Order: sequence, then C-alpha cells, then structure tokens
Amino acid sequence: MTVLEQERIQTQSTSKTFRVIGRRVPRPDGVDKVTGRAQYGADVKLSGMLYGKVLRSPHAHARIVSIDTREAEALPGVKAVITGKDFKPAEDRVERSGEGVVNYSYLSQNVMAQDKVLYHGHAVAAVAATNPHIAEEALARIKVEYEVLPPVLDVLEAMREDAPILLPNLRTRELGEPVSDRPTNIASHEQYARGDVERGFAEADVIVEREFRTSTVHQGYIEPQNATALWNADGFITVWTSTQAAWDERRELSEILHVPISNIRVIPMEIGGGFGGKLNVYLEPLAALLSLKAGHRPVKMWMQRDEVLKATGPTSASVIRVKVGARRDGVITAAQAWLAYEAGAFPGSPVGAGMGVIFAPYRLENLLIDGYDVVVNKPAAKPYRAPGGTNAAFASETVVDELAEKLGMDPIAFRRINAAKEGDRRADGPVYGRIGYIETLDAIANHPHYRSPLPAPSAPWCRVGRGVASGFWFNWDGKSSASAIVNPDGTVSYLEGSTDIGGTRASLAMQLAETLGIDYTDVRPMVGDTQTVGYNDATGGSRTTYGSGIAAYHLGKAIIRAMKERAARLWDVPAEDVDVDGDTYCYGERCITFKALCAKLEETGGPLSVSVSVDTHGAIPALATHVVDVEVDIETGKVSILRYTAAQDVGRAIHPDYVEGQIHGGVAQGIGWALNEEYVYDADGHLLNASLLDYRMPTALDLPMIETVLVEVPNPNHPFGVKGVGEVPIVPPAAAIANAIYRAIGVRMTTLPMKPSAILKALGTIP
Amino acid sequence: MQAFEYVAPRSLDEATHVLAHVGAEARCLGGGTDLIAQMREGRRSARVVVDIKRIPELDALKFDPIHGLTLGAAVPCSRIHSHGAVAAAFPGLIDAVSLIGGIAIQNRASLGGNICTASPAGDSLPALLVHNAHVLLASAQGTRRLPLSAFFVGPGKTVLRPDELVVQIELPAPPAGFGAAYLRFTPRNEMDIAVVGVGAAVVLENGLITQARVALGAVAPTPILVPEAAEALVGKAPSPEVFADAAAAAQRAAQPITDMRGTAEQRRHLVGVLTWRALQRAVERARVSQLPQPTAQ
Amino acid sequence: MSTRVPVTATINNEDVTFLCEPRQSLLEVLREELGLTGAKEGCNNGNCGACAVIMNGALVNSCLVLGVEAHGATITTIEGIAPREGLHPLQQKFIEHAALQCGVCTPGFIVAARALLDKNPNPTEHEVRFWLAGNLCRCTGYDKIVRAVLDAAATLRAQAASAAGDEVQ
Repeated sequence: MTVLEQERIQTQSTSKTFRVIGRRVPRPDGVDKVTGRAQYGADVKLSGMLYGKVLRSPHAHARIVSIDTREAEALPGVKAVITGKDFKPAEDRVERSGEGVVNYSYLSQNVMAQDKVLYHGHAVAAVAATNPHIAEEALARIKVEYEVLPPVLDVLEAMREDAPILLPNLRTRELGEPVSDRPTNIASHEQYARGDVERGFAEADVIVEREFRTSTVHQGYIEPQNATALWNADGFITVWTSTQAAWDERRELSEILHVPISNIRVIPMEIGGGFGGKLNVYLEPLAALLSLKAGHRPVKMWMQRDEVLKATGPTSASVIRVKVGARRDGVITAAQAWLAYEAGAFPGSPVGAGMGVIFAPYRLENLLIDGYDVVVNKPAAKPYRAPGGTNAAFASETVVDELAEKLGMDPIAFRRINAAKEGDRRADGPVYGRIGYIETLDAIANHPHYRSPLPAPSAPWCRVGRGVASGFWFNWDGKSSASAIVNPDGTVSYLEGSTDIGGTRASLAMQLAETLGIDYTDVRPMVGDTQTVGYNDATGGSRTTYGSGIAAYHLGKAIIRAMKERAARLWDVPAEDVDVDGDTYCYGERCITFKALCAKLEETGGPLSVSVSVDTHGAIPALATHVVDVEVDIETGKVSILRYTAAQDVGRAIHPDYVEGQIHGGVAQGIGWALNEEYVYDADGHLLNASLLDYRMPTALDLPMIETVLVEVPNPNHPFGVKGVGEVPIVPPAAAIANAIYRAIGVRMTTLPMKPSAILKALGTIP
Repeated sequence: MQAFEYVAPRSLDEATHVLAHVGAEARCLGGGTDLIAQMREGRRSARVVVDIKRIPELDALKFDPIHGLTLGAAVPCSRIHSHGAVAAAFPGLIDAVSLIGGIAIQNRASLGGNICTASPAGDSLPALLVHNAHVLLASAQGTRRLPLSAFFVGPGKTVLRPDELVVQIELPAPPAGFGAAYLRFTPRNEMDIAVVGVGAAVVLENGLITQARVALGAVAPTPILVPEAAEALVGKAPSPEVFADAAAAAQRAAQPITDMRGTAEQRRHLVGVLTWRALQRAVERARVSQLPQPTAQ
Repeated sequence: MSTRVPVTATINNEDVTFLCEPRQSLLEVLREELGLTGAKEGCNNGNCGACAVIMNGALVNSCLVLGVEAHGATITTIEGIAPREGLHPLQQKFIEHAALQCGVCTPGFIVAARALLDKNPNPTEHEVRFWLAGNLCRCTGYDKIVRAVLDAAATLRAQAASAAGDEVQ
C-alpha cells in the first residue's frame, strides 16, 4: 500500500452540496459516437492488413481425427492458416481474471480446439487472406475429419454417472480439492451451511418447495467480437480489440502465446457492449498467430453474428431447487437451495455467485445451499451481468412470493419482515455493510405505480397482473490506475484505464473535477491501454465508477498536493501552510485559483504530471426491488409488459442519467431473458437459432418506458458514497414477471423463458 | 460469399434473355433481403445475379378501382403500404406488408421476392391468397398467368422455371362489402417470423357473408387456402359461433410441424385463435366498407 | 478474385467512384473501401439495424444492399447527418438525453430516426417504437432513445415553424 492508498477516505456528508456530482453533464465521447467517428475495434485499418476468418465445428462433440489445410494454403490471396497444432499447450493453472477465475489451458483450448471439439461452433482452424471473402473461400477448402461423439446437452444428464465425458482429466472438486478419481462432468460442488435447516423447517407454518429451470442465454452485445493483431518482426505484439479487460487479455495472450506480457500491448478500442462477455480472449490469439505466420502483417478479424451466438460466452442454463419455510408471523425459519449450473465446455459457471445471490436479501438463521458446476457440450459460459444471479433470484423470489401469498401477506411487507440490513451475515460469509435494501422496499411500497390500481385488460382474452421481486449483487472494488497532466491553460488531461462501456469517462471525470474543485469541462478524460497507463482491473463487477472513481479521487488529491507545492514555491512559503478550498489555494490573505496557478507552472518547477495506482476495498452490495404490470393473452400465451418500475440503492448517483441507463438496460435484458431469449438446440447439439432474428432480444416495440427510483444510501467506504449499479438491475426482472403472471392467470411459472408456448402449456391449453 | 457476376437489365426482354442463357445458375435480385442473406450464409448460390429493379414492368404499381391492383414484382413493401388508395382497397395485404421485417426491410423487400422465397411463413402469402392474387410469369418463350395458389410447391419451391421470372402480381378490385385481414403470431411484436399467419377475407351483402377466403401460413409445406373454412362462413351472418366453426375447419386443415419457432400443438391451437380474430377483423372492415364512401374530388 | 466493377454514387453530397466486387455489400464498401466506418456491422443479415443508411430517400440496411446496386444512388450515412456547423438535433438530443451507452448502435438509430422524422415530423411514442423496431440496442432499454427522438422531433418542428415565420415576415 502506498501512502496514497492509506489515506483515510472521508465520505462527504449527505448534506454536502456537490459542484459536479449529481449533474447530468454531456459525455466527453458523445460527439464522436453520434457522428460515427468513434473508433471501434472493427474500424481499425492498418497498412498491409489481412483479414482473418475462423473455421468452426459442425458438431457438438467430436474427436478431431485430422485436419488438411493444404488446399486452403494453395488458394491465391491466402497468407496463413493455423490449427490447434500451432498452439503450444498453455499451463493448467487457475488465476483470478475479471470477476472470476481463468484456467489458461482451458482458455487456450476454447479459442482453438486441440484434439476434441466440445460444442457446435468450436474453432478448429483460422485463415488470413487479402480479403475476407478469400479467407472464407479458404475455410471451405480445409478438410477436417471428425469422429463424432454423443453430446451431453442438459445439466442433469451430464451429472449422471453414465453420461458421456467431455474432459477426460476432470475430477470433481470440493473446496478446491479433488474428492474422487473418477472421470466426471461435475467440475465442482460447493456448499454454504448455517444453523439447522431441518429444525427451521420443523418450526415453519408454511413451506414452499419448487424446482426451476432456466435456459442458456446470451449477453447480446450489438458489436461482435473483433481483434486486429500485429506480431511484429521485433517480437512485439500489438492487439487492437473490443475488451472489458485489457490487462487480463494481455496476461491471457501471454499464457496462450508463450510471450512475456512486456512484449504485448493491448489497446482497448471503443467497445460496443460486453455485459461480461468481453472479459476473455477469443480472436486475439488467433489474429496474433496468423500475423506471425503471415510474415508480420497485421490481421483483422471480426465474428459474424452466428459465430457470436455459437461460440462466445453465453450464460448458464440451470436447474434450481428451492425450499423455504416461514412462520405465520412472516419470519422465514429456514431456506434451502440446490443449484446445478451448466458451465458449457469448460468448468467455470457462475454457480458460486448464484449461491451467494439466492437468499441474499434475507436475514436467515438456518440455511443450506449446494451448488454444482457442470460441463456440457455448449459454448463455455462467460459472465453475463450479475452472473448467475437472475437464475437464482427467479427461483428464490418466486418462492418468496408464494410464501407471502400463502401467509396472506403483502409481498413487500413479507420481504420487509425478513429484509437483511447492515450487520447481518450473508450466506457466503461476509457481513453486510450499509446496504439499502429496506429503503428500496419502501420506495416501491410508496411508489404511485405500486399504489395504483391495475389497468383494465385490453381485450376479453387478456388478463393483467402485478408482481414484485428483489435482487442482490455483490459489487466489486479492485485495482485501478490513472494519470493526469496538468495543462498551463487550467485543464487536466486525465488518462484512465477502464474501458468505457456505458459512460464512465463522464462519471470518472466528474469525480476528478469534484475532487479538484474545477469545472467538469476542464477535465479531459481519455481511456489508455496497457502501455500508456497503469494496471486496471476489468470493467466488470459494477466496479468502475467505484474503484476507478477512488483512483480519480486519489489522483485529484495528488494533484492538489503538487499544486500546493507550486503555490508554496510561487509565494516562497511552506507547502504545508497552503490551504485549499475548492479550486482556490491560499496562504493567509494571498489566494490563487487552480486555473491561475496552472498558468504559473512554468515558473514554479515546470511541467506537472501525476500518476496513481490503488487497490480498493469497501465495495458494498447493491439491492433492488422491482414492480411490474403484465398483460397475458390467455389464447396465445403472449405476455406484454405494461409498466415497469425499478427502485435501487445506488449509493450515490454520480451521473444520474447513466445510473438510470444501467437500470434501464439491465431491466430490458432481464425482460428478454424472462420472456423469449433462449438457446434452442437439436438433439445432436446444433444451435438452431444462431441469429438475432430467432434469438429474439426485445425491440423498442416490446418494452415500455422503464421508471426508476434512485435510492441513495451512500457507501461510507467511497469518497462520494458510490456503490456499483450496473449488474443488480438484471437480477429481479424474471421473478417479478413470473409473479405478475401468476397474479394474472393463477399459474406459477417455473421455467425460463416464459415464452408463449410455455404459458399455454402451463394453462393446460396445449399438451 | 461466393463470387458472382451482376447484371441489371433495363427491359424484360433483356432479363429473360439472360435467364435463358444462364438458367439455374442465375438468381433474380429484388430487394435482396432474402437473397443476399441466404447467399452470405451459403444457403443459395448464383453465378449471375440479375437485378430486376430497373425493369419498368417490375417496378410499376398500378391501381384503379375497376381493374384492381398490378404490383411489379420488385416494388418494395413500403411503396405499397404508403399508397392511400391501395391501403384502403386491400387491407389484408396492407396488414402483411406493414409487418414484414422492420422499416429498412420494407423499403427493400418486394412481394415478388416474398413469393419466390416461398417460405411457408412468408407474411404476404396468406394475405395475397385471400385477395385472390394471380401471378404473371415471363420467359424468353413468352408469358403465363396463374393463380398464386398454384404457384407454391413446397418450402422454398415454386413452379417457376429457371428461365422464368415473376413480372407482376395482380389483385382483382374488391367488390363492395369486402373486408380482409392478416394476423400473425410472433413472440416479439416486430422483427420476427410468423409462428402462424392467417389471412381472412369476406364479402358482406345484406348482413350475410356471400364470399369468404381463409389462408394459413407456417402450418404446411406451403401457404394454403382452406375452402372448408370458407364453406363454414358463406351464407351465414357473421357471429362468434360462425367464426369458431371456420376456425375449427382451419385447424383441421393445418398440418403443422414442430421447429425452433413453435411446436405443432401450439401452431394448431394458434390457427384457431388467429382465424377467429382475423375473421372478426375482416368483418369489421367489411362493415366499414359498406358505409357510403366519400367520393373522390 | 472476381471482376471488380466501377460504381459511381453520391455519398454524403460528394460524388464518389469506387471499384467493387459484386459480392461486396454496400456496408463492406463503405467501411473497408471508402473509410466510412460509422455504419456498423452487428449481424450482417438485416436483423439489427446498426448498418442503416438512407439510400435514395429510403432507410435501408446497407448489409443487405450490394455495393454495385449503389450505382447512380444518393446515399446518406451517419457521417452525413450533421450540418456543416454543429450537430443535427437528433445527434444533440442523443447526447443530452444520454440515449447511448456503448454507442455502437447509435449511428443506426440516428439514421433511422432521421428517416422517420423526414417522413413524420410529429410521431407518437408508439410510432417511434414501431419505426425503430428494426434497430436493436442492448444497453439502454430504448427508454432514453425514444425520449431523445421525440425531443428532437419537437426541436425540428420548432425550427421549421420559426423558419416559416421568418419567411412570412
């Protein structure tokens, strides 16, 4: 820890008037993005650039017998072809990456299959050519011989002892240690236990127990994965890419390509959405190897949409069993859950997070939660906004709703009785800091939406209903670095390293401006790369405005210290005697503004630049409560969202527009997940709906305006009270909608998506 | 995408000449919303792509209340639904062309393309069938005209010969008391493929249905007309019970399959629901069309 | 490689001549040949609207137009929406309303909305949602996008009224 990091953070009191924070200022990258000039990864064009394409497996599970690339190499315009043989095995080692962990051996096998393909769309070869069409023609000339194996496509089937095995060396681990020497598809089993659930259930007056299933869904970012790489003749590799995690990708490239990190520069371009799906490499190592093999020419690659859906991280399908008991007075006496999540081809589902989310809003004395991470022949699961949380909350919040109903209690009142608050211990261990769950319940209970009567159905065959659900997300803090140049004209050039995925240039620049007491427009933010700014953890885990915000604050404090010295030098007085109030530096009666002092940099020591790196702690979880009105057409089974309101403890809304935007986006994704999105596989494991037409994400016509209530319960561990806001909004929607559907048609939905045919089946209309 | 040659003939003769020479390796390009996507995915191939949009006959939209509507095969959907008189006279068609794809698709996609793609789920097909559409085909050998109901052979298959192209689609002028509707069921509200589509048309005279047509999409290898549903309607006064009889007949005629967009059971059920609703809407429109219309100035 | 054919078009008010293979889409030509990378490739089959341009007055997905079809056409891309000075009201309102997060769908939305307002200067919320249903956004839930378009429409109407008033005077 540096001196800077040890500096105690004083949270500004809630009554403090901010100069910048809380305003709806224009984002610095706005003009570039509305005029089409912002440079995204696929916009890169370099001298002598080649185009790369990937050949993908038509089978879900097969052994690669042979690959013959000779005809492809002979095609005029083709400059390089690579297969699994071009990859030296990466170490079978697990390290933290993004919010989760990464095993480099699995990651390497995921970007390019070695001896086996494990899902429909698994990469088996790649080509670089002078244009993308030639590269594609070359793919058609690569001959791959497969020995097709039976696929495993369902988590429960994969857990059976007689299931086909995906990874011969996989052994089930508990608490990180192998528990058996038997080959298996169950990568891990974890358990959280507290109290005595049997006693708790015995004390209950009402017990609800149900099993739930959720389908595989995709993050659905609009910009497909892309990467441009130059493996130069001097051995240095530069990669221009769309990533949430430039430093993690640098390390992944280092492990996969066996090149030191110092020889690799990862330049994060503007990113067209990620939601967790762009934390790990896919095309980057391929483009780099193709570049090397093509004689050090840059290679650009980008995925087609079917490749994105077939081969990049969806999030897990799951089976979840929940049993909760409560006394007549509304107190929950015991809660038990069993979660099995599909990891896809390689271990690493977010089941652990699901276990943490599932009962998190509640104070529980007796709980037992078991979680299983299970490999199946689907693409390797990657984080998706509050990974694992939506599945878990769909199950638990539906059961909580049913308990409230059976007890004859209002669903919000029931939750309020059991609501977790500061000092309560979570199922996964940590004790809650200053969370604002109860405040979100009260915000919804008092909201005009919740207090208004339901609208009348729009047709005789329609029914309406209202549902409520709550959600939790851990939030992450992590490491951030930033640099600043203080300019003679009074502005500050601010270099940060968090990929700006939804307006964080603004929210970080605002925190720096606030710290310095200067105008927002006098801070000029820019996102750096692995070569130009210090280490930054991923843009993920709802950490950026929190962790990189703390870096911005410390950067500001460092600038202030330096500026005090400049003022001291100007007046020839001791620096420690210079006082700072806002943007004004004073020694006794003598005062000078930040801007005026900047003009004197030249005469007080010359240019001024500052860098900081921080390892932040103290993130506090986000909690949210949502209410939704739905209309169900009981003849077609179609569910329409009539009205949606989300209340969330946001700590402090630095830029309210972008906080609302996070809630809007999370809710919209949650609605899509709840109603229509799913991966449809045939019995052989072919993904049938690998297009944006048939994957059915919500359009503008499928959603209403989404009302938000920003509940501000400041985080005492952040200088401005920030809590992460980005992920929790996707946690409650599926459960809230399921509860609303129940109120409309009297049927408890236990599968996602709650698509029209599922509603008709639940109603008994169709078999 | 595989390489191909592109030609843009300026006349029908020129086009049929190209088709006569290239035959099965030629593909006609209208709006390209199916063809380009399919060629990119390798589902169709072509050595020569014949852009038909510069041929005057194929780009023409002619309407008069006596002879009806002549639609050039390459006329984009948006030109059809933005034509006020056409919209008033052919409500079932307008329902369909307004919901094919999004606006950007409607600005390119043509009905010639929609019928030649011959997807069982093509939205315009049931609507055209209930509007009693005919198609005019041309080749270097000459032209032939046939009812649209005789055009489809199977999924993606039509009677069109490799040397032929669709010139135009003809819809007779609707009689007084005519009403039509097209309804489809999709999980999303737009940008989706019909799980089931139903077209319905009726003629009301003195409170009775004197003519009727019901056509179904996405429940058979081709879009189908259901004469039994029409029989259940003709001679009757419109009522929920009569609609239900026709809907039941439509359900019996449907031969749905299960695929990624819906199950057979779901489709058969939806045929009943949508037939009922489409008939109700068609009758409402027929009643309005019986009212005295404002005369053109 | 197949034969490249010369194509002449007017793009963003400039006459442009380029060579392209018939199999190249207009989107590929704009992005890879002409350096106009504002139109984005999100799906390459007409399902996301990120590549929207206005061609001969009509909104189209440039991924579903062949480059050769552009011969003789007048095309406006996102790079041609802004006036010489400043921004188009739609662009201004997208920034003001925070109607973008990652921004990759934004060019398509602005081009599509411009085509809407050219045709219907006073759309309802439903009409905006219907028109924009061919453009997918995964970040914003469309809320602020719809608000920005409605607000831009109001601004454009006010500008038109004021211009008409000036003419009368």
